Amino acid sequence: MDEKFDAIVVGAGPSGNAAAYTMAKAGLKVLQLERGEYPGSKNVQGAILYSDALERIIPDFREDAPLERHLIEQRMWVLDDESYVGSNYRSDEFNKPPYNRYTIIRAQFDKWFSQKVREAGALIICETTVTDLIMDRTRVIGVRTDREGGSIYADVVILADGVNSLLAKKAGFHPELHPKDVALAVKEIHFLPQETIEQRFNVGGDEGVVIEMAGKITQGMVGTGFLYTNKESLTIGVGCMLSDFKQQGTSPYALLEQMKSHPSIKPLLAGGEMKEYTAHLIPEGGYNAVPQIYGEGWLIVGDSGMFVNAVHREGSNLAMTTGRVAGETVIELAARKKPMSAANLALYRKTLDDSFVMKDLKKYRNMPEILHGNHQFFTTYPELVNRAMHTMLTVDGIDKKTKEREVRQDFRKKRSLFGLMGDAFKMWRAFE
Amino acid sequence: MHIVVCIKQVPDSAQIRVHPVTNTIMRQGVPAIVNPYDLYSLEEALRLKDQFPGSRVTVLSMGPPQAETALRKAISFGADEAILVTDRAFAGSDTLATSYALASAIRQIQQDMPVDLVFAGKQTIDGDTAQVGPGIAKRLDMRLLTYVSRVDSLDLERREIVVQRRSEGGVQVLKSRLPVLITMLEGTNEMRFATMPNMFRAARYPLKVWDKDAAGIEDVSKTGLKGSPTIVSKVFAPTPKTVKAEIIDTESNNPKDIAVTLLAKLFTRHPNLQAEIGKRS
Repeated sequence: MDEKFDAIVVGAGPSGNAAAYTMAKAGLKVLQLERGEYPGSKNVQGAILYSDALERIIPDFREDAPLERHLIEQRMWVLDDESYVGSNYRSDEFNKPPYNRYTIIRAQFDKWFSQKVREAGALIICETTVTDLIMDRTRVIGVRTDREGGSIYADVVILADGVNSLLAKKAGFHPELHPKDVALAVKEIHFLPQETIEQRFNVGGDEGVVIEMAGKITQGMVGTGFLYTNKESLTIGVGCMLSDFKQQGTSPYALLEQMKSHPSIKPLLAGGEMKEYTAHLIPEGGYNAVPQIYGEGWLIVGDSGMFVNAVHREGSNLAMTTGRVAGETVIELAARKKPMSAANLALYRKTLDDSFVMKDLKKYRNMPEILHGNHQFFTTYPELVNRAMHTMLTVDGIDKKTKEREVRQDFRKKRSLFGLMGDAFKMWRAFE
Repeated sequence: MHIVVCIKQVPDSAQIRVHPVTNTIMRQGVPAIVNPYDLYSLEEALRLKDQFPGSRVTVLSMGPPQAETALRKAISFGADEAILVTDRAFAGSDTLATSYALASAIRQIQQDMPVDLVFAGKQTIDGDTAQVGPGIAKRLDMRLLTYVSRVDSLDLERREIVVQRRSEGGVQVLKSRLPVLITMLEGTNEMRFATMPNMFRAARYPLKVWDKDAAGIEDVSKTGLKGSPTIVSKVFAPTPKTVKAEIIDTESNNPKDIAVTLLAKLFTRHPNLQAEIGKRS
């Protein structure tokens, strides 16, 4: 006998979990399918958890979720080959609960999240790949899996199958990913004793630090690096646009190795032992790359819908929010006994348009274009800024006025006056 | 026919790390899997069930509540029933105490339906003792066939089984009367791919959870730490061997010259080697 559900969620990442949890909690009959060995086995993230998005799904998550450190300090570094210019923001305000951001280890966090989905009443089946959507003419009425007797039916199918959404592509909902719309990120987790981390980063208890990095570490490619403090480990990673990797022929692991040997980063990692390395694609095409996210009997959430704010390094919160909103849309339609038609499911897109998700993506919609065409932001400027600092801070008998002139000339030599003004304008436009 | 398969949930030993400071085993974050040897047992049992319709396969495990996952997995492959024997009293059990508890549980299972065959893996990948299977057989006064690589035939009328058993000198073909306990070797078969209906059944299956009373434990002092004469005095990670690689420069890129240089190097390192080769040729 064929199984029939109110909703099928494909994928057990943050967006799939948010959708499945929300719907199951509301009493809908939910099936979640995951191709990995266990929920979370295919998931990769930096990882920073943004409390707000999860709070709206599981308000008391802090009681039992595996959290590493809450963040009290953000460092931003612009790196040259031997130096960095940085700014720090550290505040004791961040030490007042409820905390706003945490570092997490996804392997543990995802296990917890999935357990919540299970407790909410969803049926979770792993090691099962959805190979096709079952269509009734133009309407999605279920999924076909790679197992014998594997057809399962539902009123609505939520695609939460990640950045490289093979299913959405196969169904024609989603065009083939373009290399300029995805970043490739690699990261490692290095084990270090708790005391060492606390001394090295000037934190105590559960306090944590984030370092966001840009500049020469990406070797001219559009991208950023990061270093996060966990309880007993550090996470370090770097990500650049896939199109740049392709064009430059740089291998991601070599890029990370190079970054780890930077004189400002190396001492932070010293003595650590690598315990995990992962790589993942990140959809960074922004607003203009968001595909059609709803249709007859289907919705797309999370990475498969390109819901990543690359500028602010936010993704999992967008994933959770889109998952929750998708779930709530289905709940509302089901409660009013309305069919899961494209016209009704359009409510999902409308709700997202009115939320921070689409507003933020829209705000930075020109960013990918600007960065792709202007690699000077990742090469020339970091070098110039670092050199300027070096000139001004070296005491060598040259008067400051001459030094200032040197710096100005340096800038103008590398980028003409028009170039400088143009770049400033572009940046202003992008952040406007 | 009723077959009982004993399985154990073990940490995936390929992914265990050693704490660099304390030198202890870090189990945190290490995925739990079904002991790989047990899967060969389970598949063999399922094949017999396919061969003899109407047979029942009951999977049995002793362990913490998390071991539920391993039992559900067994259901998804096609086992009929799954029983988890779990009790705080069992904490710290060694192989002696474990085989005592499992043997008691099998006696309880037998009250429901007589057991003809018990399967177990050759050993677990975390303990590596290969003692629990034989221990159960002894306590149940069952015949025992270890290191079985293949079940050749089973005759339910005559209640006889013929198996191939790997021994140091070769392969033994052995015949035994039922009931018998068999421990299976690796590589004897390949676990089937679960069907979708069985995946649903596994996800919804109301697992039988037995505490020490339900498992029919008569003497609690024979279980857990108290019933375990084994003492683990120390767990440590062996210090990694430091073998230094050497890059040998050669004057030409001619393969023959390279080989000659390499040979010369080998002979200087191992002086006896040259004489030994000379003797043989």
